[in-house]
Amino acid sequence: MQFTLKVWRQTGPSEKGAFATYDASGISEDMSFLEVLDVVNEDLIEAGTEPIAFDHDCREGICGSCGMMVNGQAHGPGTRTATCQLHMRVFNDGDTIVVEPWRSAAFPLVRDLVVNRSALDRIVESGGFISVSTGAATEANLIPVPKVVADAAMDVAECIGCGACVAACPNGAAQLFTAAKMQHLNLLPQGQSERYQRAERMVETMEEYFGGCTNHGECQFACPKGISIDVIAYMNRDYMAAKTKNRKLTGQA
Amino acid sequence: MELNAHVPEGPIETLWNEHKFNMRLVNPANKRNFKVIVIGTGLAGAAAAASLGELGYNVTAFTYHDSPRRAHSIAAQGGINAAKNYANDGDSVHRLFYDTVKGGDFRSREANVYRLAQTSVSIIDQCVAQGVPFAREYGGGLENRSFGGVQVSRTFYARGQTGQQLLLGAYQSLMRQVDAGTVRLVPRTEMLDVVVVDGKAAGVVVRDLVTGEVSSHSAHAVVLASGGYGNVYYLSTNAKKSNATAAWRAHRKGAAFANACFTQIHPTCIPASGAHQSKLTLMSESLRNDGRIWVPKDQNDVRPADEIPETDRDYYLERRYPAFGNLVPRDVASRAAKREVDSGRGVGPLKNGVYLDFNAAVDRLGEKEIFERYGNLFEMYERITGEDPFDTPMRIYPATHYTMGGLWVDYNLQSTIPGLFVGGEANFSDHGANRLGASALMQGLADGYFVLPATVGDYLAGMLGTKTVDTAHEEFKKSEADVADQTRRFLGTNGKHSVDHFHKELGKIVWDRIGMERDKAGLESALRDIPALREDFYRDVKILGDGEGLNDSLEKAFRVADFFELAELMAQDALHREESCGGHFRVEHQTEDGEAERDDENFSYVGAWEWKGTGQAEVLHKEPLTFNYVHPTQRSYK
Amino acid sequence: MAASPRSTVEAAVKPISRRPASNAPWPLNIYASAVGKKWTMAITGLIGMGFITVHMLGNLKIYLGREELNHYAEGLRIFGDPFVPRGVVLDILRIVLFIALVLHVHAAYSLWMTNRRARPVAYASRRDYIAANWASRTMIWTGPIVLLFIAFHLLDLTFGNLNPSFIEGDVYHNVVASLQRMPVMIVYILANAALGIHLWHGAWSLFQSIGVNNPYLNGVRRVFATVFALAIVMGNVSFPIAVALRIVG
Ligand SMILES: Cc1cc2nc3c(=O)[nH]c(=O)nc-3n(C[C@H](O)[C@H](O)[C@H](O)COP(=O)(O)OP(=O)(O)OC[C@H]3O[C@@H](n4cnc5c(N)ncnc54)[C@H](O)[C@@H]3O)c2cc1C
Ligand code: FES
Repeated sequence: MQFTLKVWRQTGPSEKGAFATYDASGISEDMSFLEVLDVVNEDLIEAGTEPIAFDHDCREGICGSCGMMVNGQAHGPGTRTATCQLHMRVFNDGDTIVVEPWRSAAFPLVRDLVVNRSALDRIVESGGFISVSTGAATEANLIPVPKVVADAAMDVAECIGCGACVAACPNGAAQLFTAAKMQHLNLLPQGQSERYQRAERMVETMEEYFGGCTNHGECQFACPKGISIDVIAYMNRDYMAAKTKNRKLTGQA
Repeated sequence: MELNAHVPEGPIETLWNEHKFNMRLVNPANKRNFKVIVIGTGLAGAAAAASLGELGYNVTAFTYHDSPRRAHSIAAQGGINAAKNYANDGDSVHRLFYDTVKGGDFRSREANVYRLAQTSVSIIDQCVAQGVPFAREYGGGLENRSFGGVQVSRTFYARGQTGQQLLLGAYQSLMRQVDAGTVRLVPRTEMLDVVVVDGKAAGVVVRDLVTGEVSSHSAHAVVLASGGYGNVYYLSTNAKKSNATAAWRAHRKGAAFANACFTQIHPTCIPASGAHQSKLTLMSESLRNDGRIWVPKDQNDVRPADEIPETDRDYYLERRYPAFGNLVPRDVASRAAKREVDSGRGVGPLKNGVYLDFNAAVDRLGEKEIFERYGNLFEMYERITGEDPFDTPMRIYPATHYTMGGLWVDYNLQSTIPGLFVGGEANFSDHGANRLGASALMQGLADGYFVLPATVGDYLAGMLGTKTVDTAHEEFKKSEADVADQTRRFLGTNGKHSVDHFHKELGKIVWDRIGMERDKAGLESALRDIPALREDFYRDVKILGDGEGLNDSLEKAFRVADFFELAELMAQDALHREESCGGHFRVEHQTEDGEAERDDENFSYVGAWEWKGTGQAEVLHKEPLTFNYVHPTQRSYK
Repeated sequence: MAASPRSTVEAAVKPISRRPASNAPWPLNIYASAVGKKWTMAITGLIGMGFITVHMLGNLKIYLGREELNHYAEGLRIFGDPFVPRGVVLDILRIVLFIALVLHVHAAYSLWMTNRRARPVAYASRRDYIAANWASRTMIWTGPIVLLFIAFHLLDLTFGNLNPSFIEGDVYHNVVASLQRMPVMIVYILANAALGIHLWHGAWSLFQSIGVNNPYLNGVRRVFATVFALAIVMGNVSFPIAVALRIVG
């Protein structure tokens, strides 16, 4: 197969960027999209041009490193697929493929297709955990967790933190990411005591860096794990509840 | 160099508790004054950094990833072992201990393994409390399954993403400490040297991958949890960036490197589809619980799988190992597959795989149940190969997966450099010559949550009142200069080939000669070819760009340079170990029916190598292994 | 490298909004957050939907003739009689509606501004949306269109400033007089189309915003929104058409 790649090149956050066009030929349909970038990069190095910088690591859709706009979609065409899992058989021979970094104020560009996603860590840091220090845990089977609850928590806990939801959202909102992390913990019995504090802190930290949700629903299709926007509704509910509960718990009724 | 494992005296059951009791403690008010550097924020590193932070130490954690959640641990699929005996099937701490020592082919330290088995119980408690959504029974209790190589169900799992969930748990705990101000997290920063002053670890030199800035950081103790070196093979199931640099640089600074040749080849990976292959994908071993492995009896059989009748299929594992069947340990299953493929009976377009067939299981349990168990693995397989395992059996082939070897550590997980501790896959670990499935996660977390916080504390207690070494110290400056030199050298070479080119070449040598089967001639040729290739690499590598920004090729160059030296040590270690054990299979040492033949008389030791300088032969030190609780027997899975 | 010891966020990442002041009175504290604003929009939207429903249903009386419609209009004014003076309830309702409208518009505006800040550099290549349909992405246009129309509509039929022959109290006459003008009719129809699109997204979206979400309901949310938007638009658009076809007038 043969493809024309239009790839965004930008050497640094304050430099000017532009698309560069590269030819990728001799591509097998079994190759992943990142392997095509590898091939292009080998050619570029050969030709004395700096290779395209892109984030990647596990190459099996779990670490959340990879991520780019491919033909106007976060992680490219297809649902429940990270860029590294995108295989060339979904494209047609001769296609032009446009590749662009994720764009969001919260994801400043580092180089080419690499962006800084530390704002997502900041959200987790603000409350995306259960406060249990090492050694302080009780016997694991002491608190039964209904299977449906464990399954529902797992559905959202699968989030790989790639930021595709932000990239895809017309508003640059991180609601799906935040809600997924929050609901994973808010659903479980172990997460109850911090539930409302978590909701308040995580939402408000999220809003410092990201846009607001207006229910486009684009994120759930970009999500490599297919996390449903239902979790956003749950988050909205918990956030509002938090506003009264957090005061009530401290006796301020 | 003298290897002292520092295993305390006493009965193995109470050893760890006694030892903890005898440790010195640090007064809470003093903890803040102790600086600890943690390299790596995978399972072991994140767990250690979080736990040390919770205790109140002043922790700085470095990772080359942009977030701790990206560490390679995230990719572990199958599960984590623990001797909870929830299944009431006869499991116990002692049995887990026994299985691990036996599974490791009697090349691990009993005391460490016993502690690992004991701690496993607390790990599950800890993770559940953190909110790890392990699979549950309808009654709400935790569900277990059995996993390659053992006959009890002691594996806890979270769908096919156990590593992810455990890492997220550790990451969350770590982030909680970051918020609390006890841990400073420094992402996208790679450690490039350990600094040793007066024989003790004094700090590290790191390079900021975004700005290229090289800086020094001093601490009272350094913890390395930088993962395994499977990528020395180029193609492996490890994440692309996993590397040996942190461990190797420590080795060059005096930390002994043990059992380098003990690498694990995992039997169930998706076969390579061509030369472009950049990494291999593991299909969780749990698939072997319900899948049956076979190849056509006739090597010229080109019929599609579903047209090959039962009588023309060879379920070779069930045939050869009736007791364990498809659940034989990894090394056994891998070598068996290699034998089938080498004999020409491989399947798939490149004839480089064997079938893993779920038909029988679907008949028995129904498609729904199978999907429930392995749905995401099936999807993953289909996405990569374009084939649906419900229609055509999966094709699998072994791939490098785990490295049992690593930096030598004593009972306290301290390397031969005082103050330098090593946890997780980076140490030579508790798995001996072969790791059982679902035991790496267990070990990483045992090290991180429970062992390191105690032993590092003990070490620090002895340093009360001492200051960290000033980063202006000449040793720091020397390391910084070395890094700068190497950078300049790489950027100035301007040869013909990319780093990947050399890495692939190296990988080929290592896979062919230090892979599933090794022999003297091959190893000797590897010892000639690796240095030659390394010289080519230094002469002819082409790295564009500069050292002042994100430069992937430059990052890789540092890592590949270290892989070259490590590969040589692997070959040397494999050559000297004139026996077959676990993942190390020397063709010369096998029984009549082709099984590994151990030599306990001469090789019942840990082989720890000491760096003597570039171009100098490494020196072997032996830590003898004694087995007082599990008596060495020839493994048999018949 | 980490900017401050307490945070993983690197210096390159700049906040785009301030956190809600935690000591503010709670309605303000809630409103200060984007999620709070979405709640506000959902609730004010619901109020608006209630109003629009009643408004449309009431106006259907036009088909029963002048007497019926005017009687209904008078009924609105004497609502609560004899307990409260004439027009008071109506004025209260108007005030509520007005506040709801102001909040709805303000929340929308400030979310829009936030969202613009959230992506200062636009994608250079064409986006290929899967879920974000033109209804959701044009809320920011259908909203102002509806708002302008409301202003016109009030000046036309409530205050009469823009009505060719406004007779206080004769609603039937005023409506017919206004809608007989071709441009007004077109504006009326177009504005209702915009309203329909706005409602179609809004009536679905509000459930999401206030977290009303359960497996039994989710399937019907879209259906509800579609039926609701269609019913309102069909009802409302029938009036100018009826006037044009001289069924009314
Ligand atoms: C595909 C796959 C599946 C697996 N499945 C299982 C399973 O089911 N059960 C099981 O028990 N085990 C499994 N394993 C093994 C297990 O996942 C690993 O052994 C384990 O996760 C290693 O954890 P770690 O913390 O030691 O290292 P890693 O997770 O590799 O983390 C290394 C960390 O060190 C950092 N680092 C490394 N070098 C440097 C440096 N120079 N400077 C700064 N930072 C550095 C990295 O950024 C990273 O944060 C699997 C492995 C693979 C490959
Ligand atoms: S590289 Fe890990 S998710 Fe794509």
